[in-house]
Amino acid sequence: MNRSLILGGVLSALMVIAALLSFVWTPFDHGAMNIPEKLQTPNGIHWFGTDHFGRDLFSMIMVGARTSIAVACVAVGIGIGLGVPLGLWAAARQGGWVDEVIMRGNDLIFAFPSLVIAILITAVFGAGAINAIIAIGIFNIPVFARVTRGGALPLWAREFILAARVAGKGAARISVEHILPNIANLLIVQATIQFSLGILAEAALSYVGLGAQPPTPSWGRMLADAQTLVSIAPHMALVPGMAIILTVLGLNLLGDGLRDALDPKLRVARV
Amino acid sequence: MLRYTLKRLLSLFISLAIASLLIFAVIEVAPGDPASFMLGINAQEDTLAALRAELGLDQPKWQRYLSWVGGMVQGDFGTSYQYRTPVSEMIADRLWVSLPLALYALTLSTIIAFPAGIYAASRRGKAGDVGVMGATQVGIAIPNFWFAMMLVLIFAINLRWFSAGGFAGWDKGVFAAMKSLTLPAIALALPQAAILARVMRSSLLDVLDEDFMRTARAKGLSRGAALRRHGLRNAMIPVLTILGLQFSFLLAGGIIIEQVFYLPGLGRLIFQSISARDLIVVESVTMLLVFAVIVVNFVVDLAYAAVDPRLRART
Repeated sequence: MNRSLILGGVLSALMVIAALLSFVWTPFDHGAMNIPEKLQTPNGIHWFGTDHFGRDLFSMIMVGARTSIAVACVAVGIGIGLGVPLGLWAAARQGGWVDEVIMRGNDLIFAFPSLVIAILITAVFGAGAINAIIAIGIFNIPVFARVTRGGALPLWAREFILAARVAGKGAARISVEHILPNIANLLIVQATIQFSLGILAEAALSYVGLGAQPPTPSWGRMLADAQTLVSIAPHMALVPGMAIILTVLGLNLLGDGLRDALDPKLRVARV
Repeated sequence: MLRYTLKRLLSLFISLAIASLLIFAVIEVAPGDPASFMLGINAQEDTLAALRAELGLDQPKWQRYLSWVGGMVQGDFGTSYQYRTPVSEMIADRLWVSLPLALYALTLSTIIAFPAGIYAASRRGKAGDVGVMGATQVGIAIPNFWFAMMLVLIFAINLRWFSAGGFAGWDKGVFAAMKSLTLPAIALALPQAAILARVMRSSLLDVLDEDFMRTARAKGLSRGAALRRHGLRNAMIPVLTILGLQFSFLLAGGIIIEQVFYLPGLGRLIFQSISARDLIVVESVTMLLVFAVIVVNFVVDLAYAAVDPRLRART
């Protein structure tokens, strides 16, 4: 069995479990301040320690996982929801003007420095989780469009597609019924990778104050809180940092593992 | 090559035109009136109108767009609402921090990534390869601003080798200035080095499977000599593309790192201008960064085609 698949699966599952569990149980109320117990290092009662308001970091990490997952999920959803149909359309009209317009549009979005634009969008339309999701999601569209088109093009030359055409099916129906199931593997792997990039992007936006707003806990904002206190309470920076790293690492390993497990010949552009 | 260049040049201009329109549109719909922001809530209506006229805010949208773009072409980025100084001067000052930082980080990233990637490729499947690849997986997962905080904690607060933030200024000498850019550059470079090392490795592995590599070995070259003479040169093409992309990423990605280290670069300028609603500065700096990214990609594409004639024919 594939080692990255197992390790990645376990790490990703841990994060999802923490997020789901936080709806029904956390060791402490994640927002409850308790000044006498502030800045405690990890111990038996507060497993990850407490912050400068005495809030329990373990509980905050659990609830923060929710924010990260929600933002990344919707951002990937935007990418798949718009990118995949565009990619299918471009592939069905290969070489035509539709293909040209879609792919040049993709190149254009690719050429934008995503972080700068995300900052611009959140700064102009107001900081917050929703705008962060949109800003991150926009840059997922060309990724999925490109992967979809790349996967679909060779399929259009295959006999079973020809058979479907002879049977009288239109391009749209062929795309959905025959192309899509055959590129599902590719899309799943790419989704895992974009999911991890989404978590990193959300953390960065929240860190500079443009992502999820208080009182919604977010790993990025926990790091921003930790910055001025890093000399006296390094655990405040270490805990959310490790949460981000392990989650992203887990998702990346899961993506690699899935790619190998689903199809060893498969190669997804990932840089 | 001429045909290819012209074609790429045309798409460069289209990209820039669309990018400038998008940025202008986003800034245009931004809530808040710069004039009332500058004068405060107690301003009189006629004073506001006078200031709007002075800033050119009363002109029609298309006219403002054209004068903005026309000005930028001539190096005039407008006047900051907040400081009343030319934006181009503000950008020029900040560029002297952001640009050296990006170059410094790119150099570090290359110095780390090339040997690591070559080493991993030469030990494909062995412990050394697995170790390097595992390290790059972790490197990719590390958010650079978190890594920056850890660097500050270790090297600035505990060991006191570097200052925790701020920029010494080039007038204090090159050494002092570079020293204050060292921790930020490392923080920016490491995650990029992880990506670059992976690209280097996979690109080299692709080349190692080629027939001409077997020929090189067959004519008596040692593994190392064949790798140096025939392998590296061919493997460099995808690596160069990534390097180009990384440079623009570093220029833009510096935004967050500049926040961590309180560096007076373009990133801090953007954030300060956002909070002061100094939208003309936000608009122009964003456009400048987008311009830099698009132009770097264009240059990389051309360099790529110049090195590899096969590409010219294809497009």
